[in-house]
Amino acid sequence: MEKQLSPEEKLEALWQGKLSPKDPGGNPLPFQSSEAEKAYKDRILRFKDAIQMKKLPDRVPVTIFPSMFPWTNAGMTVQDAMYDYGKCAEVFQNFVLEFEPDVHWGAYAPGPGKLYEILDYKLYSWPGHGVAPEHCYQCNEGEYMTANEYDALIQDPSGFFSHVYLPRVFGALGGFQMLPFLPGILEMYGVALNFIPFGLPPVQATYQALFEAGAEALQWIGAIGGADGALATFGFPNILGGFTKAPFDVIGDTLRGTKGIMLDIYRQPDKLIQAMEALVPLMIGMGIANAQQTGNPLIFVPLHKGADGFLSDEQFKKFFWPTLKEVILGLIEGGCVPLPAAEGFWNTRLQVIQDVPKGKTLWMIDQSDMADAKKTLGKNACLLGNVPSAMLHLGTPQEVRDYVKKLIGTVGKDGGLIVCNGAFFDHAKPKNVKAMVEATKEYGVYK
Amino acid sequence: MSKKLVNAIADMREEEALKLVREMVEGGSKPVAILDAAREAMAIVGQRYDEGTYFLPELMLAGEMMNQITDIVKPELAKLPEIKRHGKVVIGTVEGDIHDIGKNIVSFMLDVNGFEVLDLGVNVSPQKFVEAVRDFRPQVVGLSGFLTLAFDVMKETVEAIKTADLRDKVKIMIGGGQVSEEIRKYAGADAYGKDAMAGVSLAQKWVGAK
Repeated sequence: MEKQLSPEEKLEALWQGKLSPKDPGGNPLPFQSSEAEKAYKDRILRFKDAIQMKKLPDRVPVTIFPSMFPWTNAGMTVQDAMYDYGKCAEVFQNFVLEFEPDVHWGAYAPGPGKLYEILDYKLYSWPGHGVAPEHCYQCNEGEYMTANEYDALIQDPSGFFSHVYLPRVFGALGGFQMLPFLPGILEMYGVALNFIPFGLPPVQATYQALFEAGAEALQWIGAIGGADGALATFGFPNILGGFTKAPFDVIGDTLRGTKGIMLDIYRQPDKLIQAMEALVPLMIGMGIANAQQTGNPLIFVPLHKGADGFLSDEQFKKFFWPTLKEVILGLIEGGCVPLPAAEGFWNTRLQVIQDVPKGKTLWMIDQSDMADAKKTLGKNACLLGNVPSAMLHLGTPQEVRDYVKKLIGTVGKDGGLIVCNGAFFDHAKPKNVKAMVEATKEYGVYK
Repeated sequence: MSKKLVNAIADMREEEALKLVREMVEGGSKPVAILDAAREAMAIVGQRYDEGTYFLPELMLAGEMMNQITDIVKPELAKLPEIKRHGKVVIGTVEGDIHDIGKNIVSFMLDVNGFEVLDLGVNVSPQKFVEAVRDFRPQVVGLSGFLTLAFDVMKETVEAIKTADLRDKVKIMIGGGQVSEEIRKYAGADAYGKDAMAGVSLAQKWVGAK
């Protein structure tokens, strides 16, 4: 039997793989220069040291984690970025080379517009489909799972997604509603009966759409992944391994919706908790699979409905945190670095969420008080943030420099800080974004 | 009976509240009295939200209870009684942005605090705000936005109201997501509110309500 790797060994294997990048043919990646190769490795180690909190990196790392800014800044509409994959990748590549963050997160934010068209995606409005060409896509909240469907989700979460959820959010996937129950294909008797659905026109139309969507996804990743490879040769690693979500947000964002989940807290709390527990292994598996596939350990976990003001402390401790913590620990166990993003204000949650193992997670902080975050969560976890969007958009480079200097002084002086924007942004003054990077490089050196 | 109903609603006992309403209707209670009790309970809910003991689950459930009670009582009424209001507010999420959670909370809290609220929904163009100000004649306009694109659209909306010669007729407050004092200055609004209660306080101050 093969030796089981410990969580630390699994993670270290990912970091080591990251430090020895390969080209698509599996050969060592040819760097543009030996300086680029050194910069690439230094940047990864700087990030790794900041996260692990065992020794100080050479300086505070800095990154930019934008939404549509690279493209709006280049004068491109979001619509063009979503439909012209080659241009999308090229603009992103130029953005990283110009702004020089230590690491980047890839050109994945716009996504392939054509693919969403093929699938008739209803969950989002995007440029040309409900929002203007220059605006970012936005989620259409709704009850994509009804109040009486908890048992179906709890008994067979994957089956619920394939047979019920996907046909509701993708107009072209209606045929999935007619799919057979796959565990029914158990032995020879009954096999043929279970294949009848695949002969029916709606199911065949759904598969046709899947083939087209798959071909589109391949075209898109060819361009976008190409930018990752090219940027690596210049010394700029992509650090993002993939994403997963807190079970409460899985249900509250796109299944039951905000109103649905808030009512369920009173009307069917036990079912809600059971459903979140059923989702835990799926959310862990999703993150680990992403990390293994991309070779990047960082798994992004955007946090939404646990922010200050959504739930009481008791509700947060009962409904939001337990299953999120299970997901975080499961990801760590699988050799990943969870990167929860505490969007909005999380001041009242800091005491609770500080209960994570030291040096194993990275937390993106938006508008929470950074000094308080340092004293609580920051004892156990590296903090990523938190230059405000409003300042990047309307402030001056000097204000940004002062903010970064203060941040490094209060939060970063003993390590455990990566400077970054606090929330995703589509619009900003480029000189302000540059000031964030330059000020970190200037003030963040550890002596 | 009506005191029991107020407590059942305010304490989030949905089934008990609805049962009481049905019993009251069957027992011949005046529909107006039932609605008054429900409204009294909503004010308590608003107060507890303001104090930080109630959060979104309670606001959502209170809203649901109110809707269900109105549905039960409605057939008994010729028309819904007029309520005395402090003032009028037009509210909406600005053009290009379809986020509505924060805006809905502000709407709800303004309503339970005695304002007549015209909620224009999401993705509301500057022109629609202008028309609403002209036709509905509010004292207060609330602009909501979650995305960074909203900063510019808030500014455009304030300017559209100004161009239509209506700027001195209304006070404008903004809020949501990344909105701050910097954005308030940039947009040319009168104030920004960090949360729903700040919005209510601003509106109260501006119309001279308690």
